Amino acid sequence: MPKRIDIKKILIIGSGPIVIGQACEFDYSGTQACRSLREEGYTVVLVNSNPATIMTDPEMADKTYIEPITAEMIEKIIEKERPQAILPTLGGQTGLNVAVDLAEKGILEKFNVELIGAKLKAIKMAEDRSQFKSAMERIGVRVPESVYVNSLEAALSIIDTIGFPAIIRASFTLGGSGGNTAYNIEEYKEYINTGLETSPIHEVLVERSVLGWKEYELEVMRDLKDNVVIICSIENFDPMGVHTGDSITVAPAQTLTDMEYQKMRDAAIKIIREIGVETGGSNIQFAVNPENGEMLAIEMNPRVSRSSALASKATGFPIAKIAAKLAIGYTLDEIPNDITRYTPACFEPSIDYCVVKIPRFNFDKFPDTPTDLTIHMKSVGEVMAIGRTFKEAIGKAIRSLEIGRTGFETFLPLESGGWTDEQKLEYLQTKLITPTPDRLWYIGDAFRIGMGIDEIYNYSRVDKWFLYNIKQIIDLEDEIKQNYLKINKASQKNRSFDMDTELLTKAKQYGISDKFLARLCDSGEKAIREYRYQNSVRSVFKHVDTCAAEFKAFTPYLYSTYETSCEAEPTTKKKIIILGSGPNRIGQGIEFDYCCVHGVYALKELGYETIMVNCNPETVSTDYDTSDRLYFEPLTLEDVLEIIHKEKPEGVIVQFGGQTPLKLAVPLEREGVKILGTSPENIDIAEDRERFALLMNRLELKQPENGCANSAEEAKSIAKRIGYPVLLRPSYVLGGSAMRIVYDDQGLDNYISQAVQVSPEHPVLIDCFLQDAIEIDVDAISDGEEVFIGGVMEHIEEAGIHSGDSACSLPPYSINSEIIEELKRQTKIIALALNVIGLINIQYAVKDKVVYMLEVNPRASRTIPFVSKAIGVSMAKIAAKVIAGEKLSKLNMPANIVLKHTAVKEAVFPFLKFKGVDTLLGPEMKSTGEVMGLDMDFGRAYAKAQMSANYCLPFSGTVFISVRDKDKKPIIPVAKKLLQMGFKIMATKGTASVLSGENISVTSVLKVIEGRPNIVDHIKNNEVQLVINTAEGKAAQEASFSIRRTALVHQIPYFTTVAGAVAAARAIEALKSGSLDVMPIQECYQR
Amino acid sequence: MNEKKAILVLEDGTCFRGFSLGATGETVGELVFNTSMMGYQEVLTDPSYAGQIVTLTYPLVGNYGINEEDGESYKLFLEGFIVKECAPFRSNWRSKINLSEFLEKNEIVGIQGIDTRMLTSHIRDFGSQQGIISTVDFDVSRLQEKAKSAPGLIGRDMVEKVTCDEPYDWENKERAQLFAGKYKVVVYDCGVKYNILRKLYSSGCSVHVLPAKTPFKNVLEMNPDGVVLSNGPGDPSVVSYMIENIKGLLGKKPIFGICLGHQLLALALGLKTYKLKFGHHGGNQPVMDLSTKKVEITAQNHCFAVEIPPQGMLHKSQYGDVEITHLNLNDQSVEGLKCHSVPAFSVQYHPEASPGPHDADYLFNRFLHAMK
Repeated sequence: MPKRIDIKKILIIGSGPIVIGQACEFDYSGTQACRSLREEGYTVVLVNSNPATIMTDPEMADKTYIEPITAEMIEKIIEKERPQAILPTLGGQTGLNVAVDLAEKGILEKFNVELIGAKLKAIKMAEDRSQFKSAMERIGVRVPESVYVNSLEAALSIIDTIGFPAIIRASFTLGGSGGNTAYNIEEYKEYINTGLETSPIHEVLVERSVLGWKEYELEVMRDLKDNVVIICSIENFDPMGVHTGDSITVAPAQTLTDMEYQKMRDAAIKIIREIGVETGGSNIQFAVNPENGEMLAIEMNPRVSRSSALASKATGFPIAKIAAKLAIGYTLDEIPNDITRYTPACFEPSIDYCVVKIPRFNFDKFPDTPTDLTIHMKSVGEVMAIGRTFKEAIGKAIRSLEIGRTGFETFLPLESGGWTDEQKLEYLQTKLITPTPDRLWYIGDAFRIGMGIDEIYNYSRVDKWFLYNIKQIIDLEDEIKQNYLKINKASQKNRSFDMDTELLTKAKQYGISDKFLARLCDSGEKAIREYRYQNSVRSVFKHVDTCAAEFKAFTPYLYSTYETSCEAEPTTKKKIIILGSGPNRIGQGIEFDYCCVHGVYALKELGYETIMVNCNPETVSTDYDTSDRLYFEPLTLEDVLEIIHKEKPEGVIVQFGGQTPLKLAVPLEREGVKILGTSPENIDIAEDRERFALLMNRLELKQPENGCANSAEEAKSIAKRIGYPVLLRPSYVLGGSAMRIVYDDQGLDNYISQAVQVSPEHPVLIDCFLQDAIEIDVDAISDGEEVFIGGVMEHIEEAGIHSGDSACSLPPYSINSEIIEELKRQTKIIALALNVIGLINIQYAVKDKVVYMLEVNPRASRTIPFVSKAIGVSMAKIAAKVIAGEKLSKLNMPANIVLKHTAVKEAVFPFLKFKGVDTLLGPEMKSTGEVMGLDMDFGRAYAKAQMSANYCLPFSGTVFISVRDKDKKPIIPVAKKLLQMGFKIMATKGTASVLSGENISVTSVLKVIEGRPNIVDHIKNNEVQLVINTAEGKAAQEASFSIRRTALVHQIPYFTTVAGAVAAARAIEALKSGSLDVMPIQECYQR
Repeated sequence: MNEKKAILVLEDGTCFRGFSLGATGETVGELVFNTSMMGYQEVLTDPSYAGQIVTLTYPLVGNYGINEEDGESYKLFLEGFIVKECAPFRSNWRSKINLSEFLEKNEIVGIQGIDTRMLTSHIRDFGSQQGIISTVDFDVSRLQEKAKSAPGLIGRDMVEKVTCDEPYDWENKERAQLFAGKYKVVVYDCGVKYNILRKLYSSGCSVHVLPAKTPFKNVLEMNPDGVVLSNGPGDPSVVSYMIENIKGLLGKKPIFGICLGHQLLALALGLKTYKLKFGHHGGNQPVMDLSTKKVEITAQNHCFAVEIPPQGMLHKSQYGDVEITHLNLNDQSVEGLKCHSVPAFSVQYHPEASPGPHDADYLFNRFLHAMK
């Protein structure tokens, strides 16, 4: 069918900030959609509040709105732009939800806008549990039995038909609260009552449990001619009970016979037809009983999903791109397969390798929450690895994770600790039964202590085929240890290494890294690498080609393996390798992928062949058409060296991908690899506290007083010299890992005994903590001669709150131009002193008009996309050109950037997903994503940022204030302002007495420990619309924890800093002064 | 892994060293690759692979073992089997024995642990050719000679090697027939896959399987409602007795040809067949029904194909016009035929799937319709 010509303009809705469950896969899908729709001549209007996306680059759409993704704001965009259609299926759940909202509010009808891809009816049928269930009944596809009940009596009457264990889900609760699994009637009664109580409509769903069943997913595509194809089958390593986002998954399905697979395929096709998703991709989940093959459909996502991104990268079939083309009327047979060129996209990919995805968790950031994995997703990112066998792929995936593991490390204290065999067994049993991020490694240990496959299966319900493969790896490790540990230990003195090359090859084919081999043989990674090179045990590269080599592949999308033939066919063009940023995690997310992609674009413009290395399937960088050549590989020294050996590039860029590639700078340089841009030597000066302090002295720049301690005693004496409070952290940090502010000796002792070990190898850095200082971020580019200042950003929250968690404003909203000039001056001095070639980010603190330099990062920072979007200059692109040797003077840089608007960045937090976690901010980064608010003044921009972050600021009602002593004075003007705007004030005793002393009318309420009804009761009763709560010290924080947690769960906006409260008051004022307007960024840049 | 060594040598001298899989010994055959990611049991038991050594492009094989239900024939007709990694461990509730044991029991010589992607690319680039697997002789030039001197598929009647010796009636073991014997169907066994018989039976036919050399007169005497020409191995152009049989049945009984049966029907109608460079073997081949323009994803397994006649998509035969009804979207080769004046149609692909998608299942209904 030809494409539709009745549609000219299409609105694409993005997915907003990165949150758990919705990550950069929707930037990947949205970017592909924008590109392919414009390719077809449509005018594309885009809305997304997340500036750190490629899709919101001004070149990607005709009109780009970085605005809150709410029906209210999108209505304004629709009114202004008058699109004929909305494509809602590529922006995750956010995009889909807001599309439903727009439809139900009659906005689409009002402006005559059509939903393409999936219609409202189909979306509702897929998303609504009971509608989905009856649809499945109509087509004879079975689903787990379930019944909605509104009373305990009703619940008791149906339990016989459901049976135990029974899943209880409370209706309309957030974050799965009120949900439980009951194994007996007593638990059942209890959980039903809890669920009914939690549910605002007093309703729970009782569902048959399929815990421990095998879990599968199919990625399905359909076109307007009703052609349906399955792109990929995915089998979960972790059985039902663990959210698929938190499961290790494998593609294609491994343990289904064709008969069973086809039954699933038939069901999937029936489902997509019955639900009525007209065009595009859907994801359908199935559970299979391992005892008898009984198959149930679990759920369907009528849109492109995280699994679609995985399926796209796993097969080479660009689901999002094709989905966009199908939405405008093309059919599958009319679209060519990019990779094979001469065959159509209407087929089902066949792959000849095994793909393993492992989720990346960040529980280290939230020590108060349990690490068990449930039906609620908790992972923050993922890695994918490709190998010719499952063993190879899982080994590569493990080392891609960057969690300090190089293989199946032992978790059990096998040698030491004096555990009896029985104790070990018992310990492992519990570790196998309860899924956690570490279960994979405990399976390895279980084999090591002699547990059998059946036994491990009985505890874990992980399919025996997977277990067998892990056993093979553990057995081979053992064989290597038995035969080569002694020899190599002995020869360690002369640093040589020896191993039978056939065994070595087998080890490599089993995915065992050089590092892990070194551990097994008590040798060194380098010794093994050299031995491998001498004996020609090298990896080869194979194509991901959608067709298992049936047709020739024209797109160099490659992975490594240890086999015979190599298909890499490197060119002789001038080329540069850009190392990506690996899995998303807190502190290193989509921002760095954004920078890598811009680096690729810029180098392409300069005529270089660009080569991308990355292992994160969610990203734009791992699209096969982003760079000229894509290596889907772990970002470790071993794997990167193999690629460099094959490609022989002019150099490697490490500064765009965050810490992951930066860590490789020095090791790569030692191996003779040219690092482009700022030299590893200068990077080291910036990162090494002592060398940096010397430089600062030489340049006569101010740093907070600081020191570096190699022992606990030394730490104490340094703290004494500097004076409390001090900021403590281990050297080389990412995202503020294990960073803490302590106020006295006792706090210091606690930190050193619990949080970190201090030793000469692991020194602890101690900084004077500047209380109440304003923190500033500056992003700049240097070519070694000239420095371009991209942006000076003022943080809203004071110094001491991690910069990634603090909101910030560009331009600054409170500091004067004199200080701004001083910040720029210092930035230039340091950039030139470090001979920075490329990007540099500096964090400053300003206290009493004195500027202190806190940290210098000679690399891409988290704020690069934000700055780029705010000022309309792609910082990463310019930097890439500078790295390639261009001079800033030749690049037409704007001399002085004066903005008409203000841009505010706000962080987005995952607290709701983690039970028992406090929402207080500190030096440890906790946010997963960010949004940008863009408007003519700070108040409005901040208000938009809050809206985008889903904190709905109230216009009226009651504000609850409870602040620590030192905040009691600064909170007075906030309270006054809120009072003026018509809010009522409620406060705890201490705060109330200070406020009433200032003639502020205030109602005093009880703290939680003071009795009832207390503040938590008031919040629960919807009597509070805004919470301002600061707390200091362990006791006070614990006492007020339930206030913050209750506000969070009830979605009441809350501020835990005075600075945040001040900004909120300004924003409310702006909101009340008139409605918000929308403006495309393309108009902002017209200077 | 079975550590006994094995070697694969192609007639052009390309050589792969790996490990023995299944039986030991030596075997020669034409090398083909199959891109199905599942369904190795059905592939192994498909009589159409007679004379061939099959390599699977999916590297992990044997994961779910071998079960009692999914066989497509009573024995294995292929010459050899090649995989990247055969699982010595099986995991599936229906599974009865390991793949390697199954191969051993059926005396199939195989090889594993080789770069099967390299082999596949080689076949793709240079076309299918003879190969030899050996676990006893490792002299490459001697093996190459043996491969070279082995007879190829062209001009060789493979049907007589796989067809049944005696006629038999088919009844599904697993399920009683709902409309017992609504239609009487004769299946010419050129190497029939059981799933064709299962499908016919479960859609209400009484199924009578005949050896390929049964003269058409005997069929007419049985007076069936329709005749199915089954799939099978090798070069259709030399199976002259079948071509004669078809000529004798055309216009007298509704005919449904599948795979080799389709090629034989084409030959009987005066069309020509030719050998493809490396054939179609897999479960992801897109085929367009030219009348509806809809695409079905099909299971295929053939080395020969029907030529598009020089005058185009309509062929004038002595039985009236013959229309090309289906095309393969990957290479635009003929996938289906229909006679306008007599009740006969055929497809190059496998509506019975097994292994592969069920998109073409409707063709059995179409056949039932033709018998009404």
